[in-house]
Amino acid sequence: MAGADGDDSLYPIAVLIDELRNEDVQLRLNSIKKLSTIALALGVERTRTELLPFLTDTIYDEDEVLLALAEQLGNFTMLVGGPEYVHCLLPPLESLATVEETVVRDKAVESLRKISQEHSPVDLEVHFEPLVKRLASGDWFTSRTSACGLFSVCYPRVSSTVKAEIRQHFRTLCSDDTPMVRRAAASKLGEFAKVLELEYVKSDIISLFTALASDEQDSVRLLAVEACVSIATLLPQEDLETLVMPTLRQAAEDKSWRVRYMVADKFSELQKAVGPEITKNDLVPAFQNLLKDCEAEVRAAAANKVKEFCENLPEDNREQIIMTHILPCVKELVSDTNQHVKSALASVIMGLSTILGKDNTIEHLLPLFLAQLKDECPEVRLNIISNLDCVNEVIGIRQLSQSLLPAIVELAEDAKWRVRLAIIEYMPLLAGQLGVEFFDEKLNTLCMAWLIDHVYAIREAATCNLMKLVEKFGAEWAQNTIVPKVLGMANDPNYLHRMTTLFCINALSKACGQEITTKQMLPVVLKMSNDQVANVRFNVAKSLQKIGPILDSNALQTEVKPVLEKLASDTDMDVKYFAQEAISGFKEMMSCVIPHPPDCCALSWSVMERGQISCKLLLITVPHPN
Amino acid sequence: SLPPSSPSSPTTSFSVPSAEKVDGFPRRSMRRARQRRSHSSSQFRYQSSQVELTPLPLLKDAPVAELHDLFCKKLQQCCVLFDFLDCVADLKGKEIKRAALNELVESVATSRGVLIEPLYPEAIKMISVNIFRTLPPSENPEFDPEEDEPTLEASWPHLQLVYEFFLRFLESPDFQPSMAKRYVDQKFVLQLLELFDSEDPREREYLKTILHRVYGKLLGLRAYIRKQINNIFLRFIYETEHFNGVAELLEILGSIINGFALPLKSEHKQFLVRVLIPLHTAKSLSIFHAQLAYCVVQFMEKDATVTEYIIRGLLKYWPKTCTQKEVMFLGEIEEILDVIEPSQFMRIQEPLFKQIAACISSPHFQVAERALYFWNNEYILSLIEENCQVILPLVFATLYRVSKEHWNQTIVSLIYNVLKTFMEMNSKLFDDLTASYKVEKQNRYQRKIKSTGIVQQFDHLLMKRHALFVKC
Repeated sequence: MAGADGDDSLYPIAVLIDELRNEDVQLRLNSIKKLSTIALALGVERTRTELLPFLTDTIYDEDEVLLALAEQLGNFTMLVGGPEYVHCLLPPLESLATVEETVVRDKAVESLRKISQEHSPVDLEVHFEPLVKRLASGDWFTSRTSACGLFSVCYPRVSSTVKAEIRQHFRTLCSDDTPMVRRAAASKLGEFAKVLELEYVKSDIISLFTALASDEQDSVRLLAVEACVSIATLLPQEDLETLVMPTLRQAAEDKSWRVRYMVADKFSELQKAVGPEITKNDLVPAFQNLLKDCEAEVRAAAANKVKEFCENLPEDNREQIIMTHILPCVKELVSDTNQHVKSALASVIMGLSTILGKDNTIEHLLPLFLAQLKDECPEVRLNIISNLDCVNEVIGIRQLSQSLLPAIVELAEDAKWRVRLAIIEYMPLLAGQLGVEFFDEKLNTLCMAWLIDHVYAIREAATCNLMKLVEKFGAEWAQNTIVPKVLGMANDPNYLHRMTTLFCINALSKACGQEITTKQMLPVVLKMSNDQVANVRFNVAKSLQKIGPILDSNALQTEVKPVLEKLASDTDMDVKYFAQEAISGFKEMMSCVIPHPPDCCALSWSVMERGQISCKLLLITVPHPN
Repeated sequence: SLPPSSPSSPTTSFSVPSAEKVDGFPRRSMRRARQRRSHSSSQFRYQSSQVELTPLPLLKDAPVAELHDLFCKKLQQCCVLFDFLDCVADLKGKEIKRAALNELVESVATSRGVLIEPLYPEAIKMISVNIFRTLPPSENPEFDPEEDEPTLEASWPHLQLVYEFFLRFLESPDFQPSMAKRYVDQKFVLQLLELFDSEDPREREYLKTILHRVYGKLLGLRAYIRKQINNIFLRFIYETEHFNGVAELLEILGSIINGFALPLKSEHKQFLVRVLIPLHTAKSLSIFHAQLAYCVVQFMEKDATVTEYIIRGLLKYWPKTCTQKEVMFLGEIEEILDVIEPSQFMRIQEPLFKQIAACISSPHFQVAERALYFWNNEYILSLIEENCQVILPLVFATLYRVSKEHWNQTIVSLIYNVLKTFMEMNSKLFDDLTASYKVEKQNRYQRKIKSTGIVQQFDHLLMKRHALFVKC
């Protein structure tokens, strides 16, 4: 079938086709990935009559090749001649939908779902639906699981007799002997319910749902909980009580924690699906139970939903429900024995303050926040601190600041560097909310202490933090509070601290502006070029390159250039390298600058700073003098 | 070492809870108990009201006429569950139940005539109430059975005795399968199988022996047990990749396969091809590989015609990146070759030795070494010698190249030995291959240049075609 006869340009295609049969997997894989090119070269007719049958036969290949094939075939409609011929793709995809490997099978089902849309209603009944039926009654479980994903795509577009058959097949699979198939059916139950007529939802789906939700295997039952959301959304309010609620209540009290976990995890969706009345009467007590569940996993999942659940309560008696039913459980969770539960709660509890308002927050929530701020587990404290903005809006942060400080200080000195790193990341946010005064008074020392942390990642984050603080509080603040301290470290006996000065200068120079950079920072950097440690010297070169664009050209020529030239003849190889790098960087810059009068400099500097815009462009945009 | 054909009995005496096993992990279990003290377990939650236990008279003191009645009462007493996460709760009740269980175990093990029909439902009920529970979530979500210490079952002091009782019950000379089968039914077995996921190795050990006895005595359940084990394995392979009891189930299967009748039913062959072979893909293969390889070899010894399926299956799932697994695969191949029939060997030698050649050229010296060790096995060596004409050309180029390139000296010297062996086997063929090797090498180099050209041509064409396609 190689199409090379008499046409040299098709020779590569012939090679590709040969490689489809090569014994090296990688070559077959490459070839399969270029399948659309092969098909294009062969033309639609030969693709249908030669390529597809060939591919159908190669199904006994490595899973990797099959996966690529399954994916390709989903985009093949045009290559076999358009929607009219799309059913030619069904045989290879049908075989792929029966293989053992889940990834391949899922991809084949995905492609089948895709091309099902391209079938005409007639073709759907003549070609596609029979395929679904064959898969649904296959011997081995793989084909039956694949079938589960195909019912919903063909159901809406077939005649009512065929619809009845499809429903029957789905029903059969829901009570399949193999749990794998029942799981597949349960996971598609919601999707299938959505395309069914309401009468059949009530008659068929509900009975299947009830049966799956009381399956002997908990892995099936928990999937029914997911379906519950879709089903409840479809039914009119008056039917929910009799058709859905008994099953949902049973799931919330299931003997397997996995099922209860699923209920907790889907609680917000369930709440929206069943509406306010049922929520008030049924879900509130159910939620209370989940918050008090004996398994920590379930409590943590429920704790995660506290804020969302409260938000979605009907407004008329939201406050009353929260205060009398939810808050007592929340209070208990604050002192839970499991840290995952506490930290899940800490990540959402602050959100309650917006719902409950100022007075309730101060009276009831504040003690909880404060308790969590003192929790033994750093993650809990971090979660509280990271959500301070919610409280800030309601009661202002002052109420908390006295307790906040010890918590922050403790986290800042935590033995685990990841904890320290996390609190550093919240510093700019805290600074913004606590204000500059409080910051100077209490937190500034901390921020400076991180600069000499023994973990590099902390020093790096501390540097970045300073930059953000300067962006927030301004250059003047920087000049008075942090720049002197940073520059002071240049004389530290530890070379790592001296390098930190350079890193800080790199980060701060832009935010501080030309004046501070030239007058205060540059002299320090230049002085450090005589440092005895090579690492410091080459970082001087790097820093000079970095701050160069912020300096004025005079300083560059008279101060920076000589120092760089001196470093370029250093004895150390790395120092030389970085000095030369910096010099050549400046040369490029200078070449654009020199022909222009001084006032053009500013523009070219700023352009350089933004990125690599070529000199040519500069010459066009800057009006030439004379 | 291979697992025995029948799972070994857990070594426990029924008077004392096996203390040294508990002591294996004292610190961890104490810490856990402290952490979770105020919470009851999944199991305990469903006990509606706590019953106060009062000690009953001893079984050995009971008059014969009242023995069965007392036995029954003790069984009922043992249905009460206790909270073991709170280690100081209801110590008196716990002690009464422990003593009662001990007595039941001893009685069913030593005295004849105790097991009468009315006791069956009571005994099975007591066992079900105690052992069937939803296993709690793993304390460590990334639990690695090779690295981490397992979470031990808190209620083991009672649970162990219940398992011991169950085992003695099944093994008792009075045990009547015809009576038991009414209570030990499919639903019971399914729940028993789910318990194999327990993280506690002591519990799995008991379950293994018990399931083996159930399989042996209740013939009506055999097919069902096999089917459900299949489902557990398939779920493990294709869905969750997590199940703690795979090794134990395989050990039971090893002895089941041993008893298969010949010719093998298609159900059993299907099990081999669609379940046992794909089990080799699991990430945690090392935990159950010995048992798995044993099962595979059992199949071959039953029926040599499955050899080709097995070898081709292993080659299909050959590990591509995990060298640790590759060494295991090579070990299994050697076990297979140890018992292979020469006629079967000839059917698979070609693909097999291509893979072995690939292993020899592995940069990981343990893989290369494991493959080269095949030449130290006398039976394998005799097979290679018989088929030297086929095998030597398959591996020659690799051996020659690796002998010059490998970084590890041990590998280089092993390869020299192998080359020497081949030279002695068939010097004529060896010389021919040496001569043609250099020519081959040159040819390969040229082919490579040519194919690079094709790729470039192809990419060019691809762009042209693509442009066309977009236009139309």
